[in-house]
Amino acid sequence: MSHHIVDFIDTYFTYPDQTQAVKGITLCISHGESVAIVGANGAGKSSLLKLLTGICLPTKGEIRIGETPVTKKTLPIIRQKIGFTFQDPDDQLFMTTVYDDVAFGPRNYGIGEPEVEKRVMKALETVGAVHLKDRAPYKLSGGEKRAAAIAAVLSMEPDILVMDEPSAALDPRARRRLINLLRSFMHTKIVATHDLDMVLETCDRTIVLKEGKVVCDGSSTTILANEELLEQCGLEKPLALQNCPRCGAKKE
Amino acid sequence: MHMADALLSPVVGGTMWAATAGVAAYSIKKVQTDLDEQKIPLMGVMGAFVFAAQMINFTIPATGSSGHIGGGMLLAILLGPYAGFLTMASILTIQALFFADGGLLALGSNIFNLGFFTCFIAYPLIYKRILRNGYFSGRILTGAILAAILGLQLGAFSVVLETLLSGKTELPFSTFVMLMQPIHLAIGVVEGMVTAAIVGFVWKERPEIIEKAALGETLGSISIKKVLAVLTIVAVLTGGVFSWFASSNPDGLEWSMFKTSGVEELKAQDGIHQTLSSIQEKIAFLPDYSFKAKENETNTKATEAVAAAWPAVDAGTSVAGLVGALITLLFAGLIGLSIHLIKKRNNARAV
Amino acid sequence: MIIMTNIMESLYNIRILDELAEKRTVIHNIHPLIKLLTTIAYVIITVSFGKYELSNLLPLLFYPIVIITLAEIPVIPILKRILVVLPFIIGIGVFNPLFDPEPMLVFLGLQISGGWVSFLSIIIKGFLTLLAALILISTTGMTWIASALRLLRIPRLFVLQLLLTYRYISVIMEEAGRTWNAYMLRAPGQQGVSFKISGPLAGQLLMRTYDRAQRVYQAMSLRGFIGEYNPGEVKKVTVKDCLFLGGWVAFFSVCRYINLPALIGSVVTGVMT
Repeated sequence: MSHHIVDFIDTYFTYPDQTQAVKGITLCISHGESVAIVGANGAGKSSLLKLLTGICLPTKGEIRIGETPVTKKTLPIIRQKIGFTFQDPDDQLFMTTVYDDVAFGPRNYGIGEPEVEKRVMKALETVGAVHLKDRAPYKLSGGEKRAAAIAAVLSMEPDILVMDEPSAALDPRARRRLINLLRSFMHTKIVATHDLDMVLETCDRTIVLKEGKVVCDGSSTTILANEELLEQCGLEKPLALQNCPRCGAKKE
Repeated sequence: MHMADALLSPVVGGTMWAATAGVAAYSIKKVQTDLDEQKIPLMGVMGAFVFAAQMINFTIPATGSSGHIGGGMLLAILLGPYAGFLTMASILTIQALFFADGGLLALGSNIFNLGFFTCFIAYPLIYKRILRNGYFSGRILTGAILAAILGLQLGAFSVVLETLLSGKTELPFSTFVMLMQPIHLAIGVVEGMVTAAIVGFVWKERPEIIEKAALGETLGSISIKKVLAVLTIVAVLTGGVFSWFASSNPDGLEWSMFKTSGVEELKAQDGIHQTLSSIQEKIAFLPDYSFKAKENETNTKATEAVAAAWPAVDAGTSVAGLVGALITLLFAGLIGLSIHLIKKRNNARAV
Repeated sequence: MIIMTNIMESLYNIRILDELAEKRTVIHNIHPLIKLLTTIAYVIITVSFGKYELSNLLPLLFYPIVIITLAEIPVIPILKRILVVLPFIIGIGVFNPLFDPEPMLVFLGLQISGGWVSFLSIIIKGFLTLLAALILISTTGMTWIASALRLLRIPRLFVLQLLLTYRYISVIMEEAGRTWNAYMLRAPGQQGVSFKISGPLAGQLLMRTYDRAQRVYQAMSLRGFIGEYNPGEVKKVTVKDCLFLGGWVAFFSVCRYINLPALIGSVVTGVMT
């Protein structure tokens, strides 16, 4: 399945209130890559993800997933390929039990109930949340909610995982679990985040956005070590790459 | 102002359920033809909003009183009448289940009283009419207050009628009306003021939310004639159902007719009582049991009371009834206790 | 801070019942549709009793007692809830003794008017019917009630919307609670939100709710939702379930047509004399 290439071709997007969120982005993400989209608040990260999933359609330019352009007509196909997790899991877990939520997607694609069950259990096993299956979403902790939300998109067996701030509001242990989980995925991964330390551990490639444009695109280790560039874009060097806060001694 | 199961007769409760089901089925059809699936989560989440908003108390200036909104009018304004009615129905269903507000038989009446009159009468005939030439703060205020008052007045009056037709209370019609309507006038003013404040604010900040709701619906052009026609049909149907039920099952209904019309010729000699007394005759091995004797009483009250536990002014029966009642209670308690103990033992064994 | 506790209390209330519904007892395992139908039968039969019937109603207590003990439902929170709701019924029923003073029965030399009898009858009926509703939810849970509604051919759209409202009650209530706290922390000594602030306060909450609804819609459509909700398969009704329904309906009918306490009473007093 090497044809699941994500292609942005000179894409522009303007919100109905005339805010220009994306101003001419061109980029290509090939199969199996793990890519971080970083940038200050309002840099255009969320808009980029919305364009990718077809929640918003570009005002100019084109986005292609494999050979399929993202248009209103192709949305059902596109959305089967892309699994998108929202920043707030409460938006995504809209059913009354975790099981029903994870089953929601497969059921919508007309898959028979025995197969749905198989897929749900597989997805729950992957994220280590089988024991949560009959729970109501409000009873879950932040980390459990996140796991359930990821299972809810995994059950659709997507080729590409797109995540908006997956580590937001997680306690350290839950965050660690998430990082391990992300590293175990073979999917193409596109992660928008402020958590640059997580980027270092999970994404090989980083794309830095500023005011709706790509400022820099390259290997995570190089970009995240570039203090000047990060500063300019409203970011900060990951703690893992900073000097010791006590004695100022350099890492490594 | 929630109607309660205990105040309803099965016939009235059932009729109101039928009416509610009819309106709901029609609304679902309308919402579905709207083809805006975006509205479904909006209805769901807005329902949760109204649920939460009902718990926020607002203090009303100059009156020293405070109150909260019921939300029917707000839902009609935000979602249009059909989706608004359905959302109100969900809210009331959840309240009936989780908060025992009213009960399940009364749910039909409650949805009708709180949803139908606001969404299908007050909203199109008052609010929409006042605001048909565009939104202004002043108009939103007048429209919301008048519509909320009318909706609640009709709802309250409906509660009065349902209760009286059910025949469980002795409250005379006039007293009941005098009790309910003024209270709901005050509630309506609070509802209208707060609704107007919310709608006015949202309209200023995000006009598209309010305008979108008003655009998507087709009810805007509805005429008073049409509404009256529908109401007439509903009234005729209800009357038909009532009289059909009344002929086959005069329980409750007849009593209230007797109460309001003063006709004293009614005797509660329906099937139930007959079966009851025939069973009684067969198993009446106790000569002093006074059930059979009461059969020929002509006094209406007493015939009514045939079905009752302690039928008439007769000490013997009263004692028997009391003893029976006590034994029943004791037995019920014993059963509960023994199940509890057995369970406990089984659980202990399981552990 | 009256209302904040109000919001928290309501949330707490829902959660208690939710938790109870997660238990696994004989009663919980009965098919949700059967439980719904049994409850409806119970409520209808309870309110079908005549207005002066009292001791007749008592055998109906067997149903809640048996179910509550079998389902291991704690009694106190359930009774508390009913006590909160009962006043409205009492408020209407209390007029009966006033308007119906005619003596109806003599009890230990005391004349009791029809109004008191019917008042008491209303209270008992209110108690039993509300109890039945709470028992239903606390042994079944909202998700299963929704599946029962589907089996009753209630349109999917309504069922989905009902579930969504139920799902988001806790999310929005918590949000409302935070808003309320933020207000009260800066407005000490107030009984409620001042009317002047009602527009902005509730309006902001409403706008956030609106945005959330849009995100929820996006989340749904990203997973293939096109207006049709597929609830999956529901478990089948078994013979045991049918026996449960049949048994209880038969019992309710017996209660309705035969005055059991009077019968027992007359037998006992008859034997004694």
